[in-house]
Amino acid sequence: MSDNNDKKKTERRDFLFTATAAAGVVGVGAAIWPVVDQMNPDASVKALASTEVDISAVQPGQSLTVLWRGKPVFIKRRTDQEIQKAREVSLGDLKHPEKDEDRVKKPEWLVMLGVCTHLGCVPLTDKGDYDGWFCPCHGSHYDTSGRIRKGPAPTNMEVPKYEFVNNNTIKIG
Amino acid sequence: MSDHEYTPSSKFGKWFNDRLPLLSLVNHLTDYPTPKNLNYWWTFGGILTFCLITQIVTGLVLAMHYIAHVDHAFSSVEHIMRDVNYGWLLRYVHANGASMFFLAVYIHIFRALFYGSYKAPREIIWIIGIIIYLLMMAAAFMGYVLPWGQMSFWGATVITNLFSAIPLVGESITTWLWGGYSVDNPTLTRFFTLHYLLPFLILGLVVLHIWALHVPGNNNPVGIDIKKPSKDTVPFHPYIVIKDAFALLMFLIIFAMFVFYSPNVLGHADNYIEANPLVTPAHIVPEWYLLPFYAILRSVPDKLMGVIAMLSAILILAALPWLDTSKIRSAVFRPLYKQFYWILVADVLILGYVGAMPAEGLYLLIARIGTIYYFAHFLIILPVLGLKEKTLPLPLSITEPVLGGSPNLAAARDKTEKIG
Repeated sequence: MSDNNDKKKTERRDFLFTATAAAGVVGVGAAIWPVVDQMNPDASVKALASTEVDISAVQPGQSLTVLWRGKPVFIKRRTDQEIQKAREVSLGDLKHPEKDEDRVKKPEWLVMLGVCTHLGCVPLTDKGDYDGWFCPCHGSHYDTSGRIRKGPAPTNMEVPKYEFVNNNTIKIG
Repeated sequence: MSDHEYTPSSKFGKWFNDRLPLLSLVNHLTDYPTPKNLNYWWTFGGILTFCLITQIVTGLVLAMHYIAHVDHAFSSVEHIMRDVNYGWLLRYVHANGASMFFLAVYIHIFRALFYGSYKAPREIIWIIGIIIYLLMMAAAFMGYVLPWGQMSFWGATVITNLFSAIPLVGESITTWLWGGYSVDNPTLTRFFTLHYLLPFLILGLVVLHIWALHVPGNNNPVGIDIKKPSKDTVPFHPYIVIKDAFALLMFLIIFAMFVFYSPNVLGHADNYIEANPLVTPAHIVPEWYLLPFYAILRSVPDKLMGVIAMLSAILILAALPWLDTSKIRSAVFRPLYKQFYWILVADVLILGYVGAMPAEGLYLLIARIGTIYYFAHFLIILPVLGLKEKTLPLPLSITEPVLGGSPNLAAARDKTEKIG
């Protein structure tokens, strides 16, 4: 600098430098964002948001697996025994405490994503230490409400958004 | 770069070299002074270069026939196997080539661990090597997804779900990686793109790896600094070139045995079943070269901590030059380190074995002990050993112990007699 004063005067050059750097950062950010965001789900993927399922043929104790957004959805018609078993568990015993009442719309029908919350495998139905589901990949056990009871999975199997269109049809999504 | 000035003999060569010193580079590479005591464990750098080029060439031609679409990927791979001229050979060389690449890289890494090649002044070579290793794992993983078999699909699902363990943003990152709500067509096409890109990034890093190597020169089995060029060195060409070529030939015999006699033994039968998002195979295992890390992942009962442990197991290697406090490079002169080195080798092999087994009962217990030991080796044993270990005396040069009369050896003999 031309003068050796301790206080540096803000010069035209400093202003131009800061302004250029700021504009450069914004510009580079704006240029990078489309390149990053193109990897997010596109319009055609998002359009496949809901699916309707006919459940009239499912008997108590049976279950149905349907594909929704590329993921399996378990629709299980539970027996009275299974419902009772799910409801008599005390919340203190659960890793991810959720009441069975809050996980279903009609007690008989359990609808949830058939995706293990550990690393995304499809658990096997009517298996495991709690007679619910068992994930063969890394050994997570779920109860008859799809709640995690034992193993590495951190949370209960997710309940998607769904509604009963009528007594025989469920709309998922 | 070169240790001596080089002038091309021909007039045209001189003219060209003044404008682009390519001939100087060639001269540097051929005359490059190399320790004369390098053993066969040092030939794997050349073997790895061969592996990389093989993967790029076979991959390039496979890409001419492969279709990256969920409806066609599986059948296009079968089309390559049955219809394309020599398609079976190209695919088997590429698939087994990945395994051979990892076999060679593991020998290369464990050679560096034994002879202390990661220590000053070679830390940057080592860290570039670790980055190459990480990129190799990413490339291998994405390549395994492309045939769109059951193992492809569920391997991709499990590995991409590792990112969902990240707090808060994990789910968004996983969705972003997938380009949807599960592993699907957008995932396949981007994996194909990246699988094509990564080998060229690796190639660039290999150039840096070799460049960084040529600054201090090679480490050697004795692990001492040598003057170069001197009586302790030989020029790279023809001495090392012919030795590397011979080792490569031996390696190719094993490579060919896999390709021609048991091309599927390292793969998984389930990958000949087309991907099905509704059915998870009973037993998901990654390729053999990822098994030790898979065992570490499964040995931790918490999702996030498991992912952190697995990543740390790889990244801890980058800190190795500073975790190993010993000034002595070669394990030849470190009697205690030598023992712990072989325990580590056994530990990694055992982790690999239990990684292929179901995560329950005794296997899980062994995996946990193996994981704890793995981290203890790097975080406790190595730092302490460097300070406590009584090392053997180093020779003054490579030539000395061979020709005899090393003052150090004589001194060592005196010492042992006194102690005895």
